[in-house]
Amino acid sequence: MNTREQQQFEYLLRLGDSDLILGQRLSAWLGHAPVLEEEMATGNVALDLVGQARSWLSLAGELEAQGRDADRLAYFRDAFDYRNVLITERPNGDYAYTIMRQFLFDAYHYPLLQQLSGSAHEGIREVAAKSVKEVEYHVRRSSEWVIRMGDGTQESHQRIQAALDDLWMYTGEMLTPDDVDDALLEAGVGADLEQVAWSWHDRVRAVTEEATLTLPDESWMQQGGKQGRHTEHLGYILAEMQHLPRSYPDARW
Amino acid sequence: MVASEAQIREWLTQVTDPEIPVLTIEDLGILRDVRHGKDGVTVTITPTYSGCPAMMAIRMEIVRALREQGVERVRVEEVLSPAWTTDWLSQDGRAKLLAYGIAPPAGKAQRKSALFGEPDTVACPQCGSERTSRTSEFGSTACKAMYRCEDCLEPFDYFKCI
Ligand SMILES: [Zn+2]
Repeated sequence: MNTREQQQFEYLLRLGDSDLILGQRLSAWLGHAPVLEEEMATGNVALDLVGQARSWLSLAGELEAQGRDADRLAYFRDAFDYRNVLITERPNGDYAYTIMRQFLFDAYHYPLLQQLSGSAHEGIREVAAKSVKEVEYHVRRSSEWVIRMGDGTQESHQRIQAALDDLWMYTGEMLTPDDVDDALLEAGVGADLEQVAWSWHDRVRAVTEEATLTLPDESWMQQGGKQGRHTEHLGYILAEMQHLPRSYPDARW
Repeated sequence: MVASEAQIREWLTQVTDPEIPVLTIEDLGILRDVRHGKDGVTVTITPTYSGCPAMMAIRMEIVRALREQGVERVRVEEVLSPAWTTDWLSQDGRAKLLAYGIAPPAGKAQRKSALFGEPDTVACPQCGSERTSRTSEFGSTACKAMYRCEDCLEPFDYFKCI
């Protein structure tokens, strides 16, 4: 791959890996969600995200042209080859934490996909146009829950505020462009993260205000997921997710 | 024997959505194209949702249905564009959903999305009452939401707009 293709490959991995890791995290709620409706909602959101991940990783595999399909990329890469944003690998915590993590990600994911629906790259445009309609439901649901918990009981308010405070330092990475983001934006292929950030801030401000939550002060932000520097959590996620295909590489349904 | 494309489409009415078995893939609007060339039959379908777990089963069913009619070389291709919306659901499909107890999508898919877009009125498939309320945005499958009728008190699935 030349430099341009290499950057595009990186970009596709970021999109696919973020969806995949968050989808994997959410799947762990199956059988444990607080109410049946939430069990189904969480499962559906997870399914959407894993499906979107498959589309992104398929594009990455085609571009690389080394015979790696979406499964190969998902199951046979190690943590340092993953490019998901760090917020997606945060542990599930309590339900307030899961909801806040979802909301902060959805509020970024939605305008990101809106932008990518106008990409100069046909494959990216198609996957984004497909996914954005699903994510519209995700962001609506997570926004509603943030408001319900924030403006709910003292206990729910305290829990979701704690989640917001803890997750805040993982939000900067999503909205801060690096060389790859800049190069793809210039080529008309990638999203304009400055626009995405505007939209994100607008929504986060509006929803947290209605939820009577206090936004943390601007502070130091974690970085690194997009470049392959992860927290200790990713290894455990991959160990569980990759165990079967790595132990039995020829296993078929 | 070379079957016409119309004949192949007819045979494909055997293939239904495994999650909503009253709908054929044509009713659902996911059957995009049927082509009969030198190298066999190519059937093009599109997923409803990115993670639709039924796609694999549908592909297998397409191959099986055509093999049964003596078509040996069948290729099933998936396309994403133009993205499927509930507007692709046929009028027939909507009627079948209603008869099956699932409220068909209300209104057009391309509506203005608001931060808290209120869905259109969804009528109860059992008694027709419009006094219904949503119990969850997400239902037993990706394409459905859960509702309850305030008049006959029956819970029901709503095939949501996307
Ligand atoms: Zn009713």
